[in-house]
Order: sequence, then C-alpha cells, then structure tokens
Amino acid sequence: MNLWDWDYVWQILPDLLRASVNTLGITLVGFMIAVVLGLFLAVARRSQKAWLSWPVTLVIEFIRSTPLLIQVYFLYYVLPAYGVNLTAMQAGILGIGLHYACYIAEVYRGGLDSVARSQWEAVTALNFAPWTAYRTIILPQAIRPILPPLGNYLVAMLKDTPVLSAITVVEIMQQAKNVGSESFRYLEPITLVGLFFLALSVALAYLVRRLEVRLELR
Amino acid sequence: MAELIPLLLQGAWITIQITFIGSILAIVVAILAALGRLSPWRPLRWFSVAYIELFRGTSLLVQLFWLFFVLPLPPFNLELSAYTVAIVGLGLHIGAYGAEVMRGAIGSVGKGQYEASTALNMTPSTRFRRIILPQALLAAIAPGTNLLIELLKNTSLVSLITLSDLTFRARQLDQATFETLTIFSLTLLLYFILAQAINFAMRGVERRLSRGRLRGGLS
Repeated sequence: MNLWDWDYVWQILPDLLRASVNTLGITLVGFMIAVVLGLFLAVARRSQKAWLSWPVTLVIEFIRSTPLLIQVYFLYYVLPAYGVNLTAMQAGILGIGLHYACYIAEVYRGGLDSVARSQWEAVTALNFAPWTAYRTIILPQAIRPILPPLGNYLVAMLKDTPVLSAITVVEIMQQAKNVGSESFRYLEPITLVGLFFLALSVALAYLVRRLEVRLELR
Repeated sequence: MAELIPLLLQGAWITIQITFIGSILAIVVAILAALGRLSPWRPLRWFSVAYIELFRGTSLLVQLFWLFFVLPLPPFNLELSAYTVAIVGLGLHIGAYGAEVMRGAIGSVGKGQYEASTALNMTPSTRFRRIILPQALLAAIAPGTNLLIELLKNTSLVSLITLSDLTFRARQLDQATFETLTIFSLTLLLYFILAQAINFAMRGVERRLSRGRLRGGLS
C-alpha cells in the first residue's frame, strides 16, 4: 500500500473543494453577524444604565466561557421545541456568529476605551446626540486599533467551522470524513483538510501582520 | 432532572481529567517550544516554529481526527485510545498557542535580570530556572488563564471521537429522554462553573508566584 496515493487525492479533491465553499461561506456570513452584533453588545455593555449593561455583561461572559459545540447543539436541538426550526446550516452560522460576537464585543470595548476621554467630554459639551457622537467622532477613532484583532478572530472562526460537522453541516471536515469512510482511507482526506486550514490561516495571519504594519506607519 | 445530574457529573469528571492532564502537557510543551524558538541552534528553532505553526494553523478537530482515524491505519498502525488522543491532541494544540504566550513572557523579563545573573556567575540553566522562568510565568498567567479556559471549552470536541465526556453524556441523555432544554442548560452551566474554577485557581497561582515580590514589579 502506498504511503500517499496521488490518484486517490485527485479523485477526492473536487468533493473537498466543493465543501470548502461551504466552509468559506459559513466563515464570512458568521463573521458579518459577529461584527455587527458585537458592536451592539459592546455599546450595551458600556452603557450607564445598569439594567442594560449587567445582563449584557453576563451573557457575554457566559457565552465566552462555554463551548461553541454545546451552543450549536442548543440552537439546533432546543429551539425546534419552541417553534423555531433552523436548518443545520442556519443553526451553525448563527451559533458561530453569536459565539464570536461576544469575543468581538470585547475587542470593540477595548477600542472604544482607547478613545481619549477628552473626546467624550467634547462630544458631550457640543451636545451631540449619542448616536451621532458614536458615528461621527468616536467610531472613526476606535476603528484603527481593532482591525488587527478582528482579523485574528476571522482566522479563529475559520478554524472553528469544523465544529459544525457535529450537527451534520457538510463543510470540508465532514466531507473529508464522508469520502474517507467510503474508501477506508483517511490519511489523504484529513491531511488535505489540515493543509487547507494551514494555508488559509497562514495567509490570513500574514495579511493581518501587514495591516498592523501599515496602520502604525500612517 | 434529579436523575440527570449524576450522569452529567460522570461526564464532567472525564472533562475535568482531560482538562487537567491536558493543561499540564500544554504548559510543559509551551515552555519547551518557546525555549526552542529562542534557541541559538537553528534546527531546533525551525522545528519549534514548524510545530507551533502546524498546530495553530490546522484546526483542533482536524488534529483530533488525524490522531484518531489516520494513525491506526497503515502505514502508521498506531492505535491510541480516545482518552490518550484527547489529552495529546488538546495538549499539543493549546501548547502551540501557549508557546507564543511564553515567548512574549520570556521577552518581557528585563534585560538587567540577565545581566545581573551573568554578573553573579550563574550558569545559563540556573539563570533560566531560578531567575527568568519564575518572572516569565507570572507574566504569562493572565493570557495563560484564557488559554486554559479555551482548553476546557475545546474538550467538548473529544465527544466527537467517542470519548464520554460531559458533552457526550449530554447528547446521549438528550436522545434518551428528550428533556433537551434542561440537559443542554445544565451542561452549559457546568462548563461555566468549571471555567470560573479555572479562573479562581489561576488567581491563587498568581498570588503564590508573586509572593515576596515588590509591588509595582513585572505584572
């Protein structure tokens, strides 16, 4: 038996590439959910109103310290009992989006805290409405230091997508297991999946480093 | 609900074991890999970089599946139990992240500390063991705590390689009783409690390590 069977590799590659589209799609849609929802969570957590900031803080800490896998199970198996029927793909994207929204909320919070206090005071003195103040004064200043960490979380999300195979989402890892179980050869499919993640995450990490350098040069 | 809890706790006990042994492996591996990266000997440096990039870059579940499904087949023929795979996989995965934390922590120890140990005629190994490592460990505690909580959360993936941890038990009970909401809520709560226990324990370790140090020091 060959150590590494190239014929087999060419045979399974199309299947894996098709599934990799799902992996990338899940990552991108989940990331968009996380980026938008994370902002709302961050602003709510920093709110002066205790009835708002307390529950949000608790939810963020709870989601951050419990496993993504259970959260995804929760969405996929518990919600149908309450009339919310999500497909595996929807539950998966929502789960990973919610999970990372809580991480990204903390990134935003750090960014918002990094804006000098005098800016907040000036905004108050000029009688800006809170939303206008955020949009025109605070966010543009907060955005630069948060871009690299956001990029790092994008990479982390990509590497967490195989978790969704547990609720039958056919992303690249699940597909590798499927093709492997047909032929009882796991070496090639699982190694290829590893290489796929390695290549993408090294490339993305490189782009994040470039971004960091550029932002500091400006 | 009363009859669910003991079964979930049985699973939680496996989760605790995996987390504990995996953490120790991860910490040892992280220190060794960080030292390897800082080593003047080039092959060792390359080996450490390769290990760190490989285990950080390829997704934990892929690593667990590789160890569990690929290794028992030819040409490797190495059959490991799910328990061993869980500990080795998690330890090496988190160890790679920990190596970067340790590298930063070792780098944060002041240059004067090295110069003072040289002036006192310490051998490099004594210097590392007695002077550099204790200070680096203290600096590594905050990011290290987050990594250990990541490790705890990641143990849920070992349920997918047939190990009956907390997550595995939850799925099993769910299929048997259909008390879905109760089971998964309890499971989330148990993980949350375990994460807080790690936080608490690490704060204790931090107090211990910083005993006798002047305030306003490194961390």
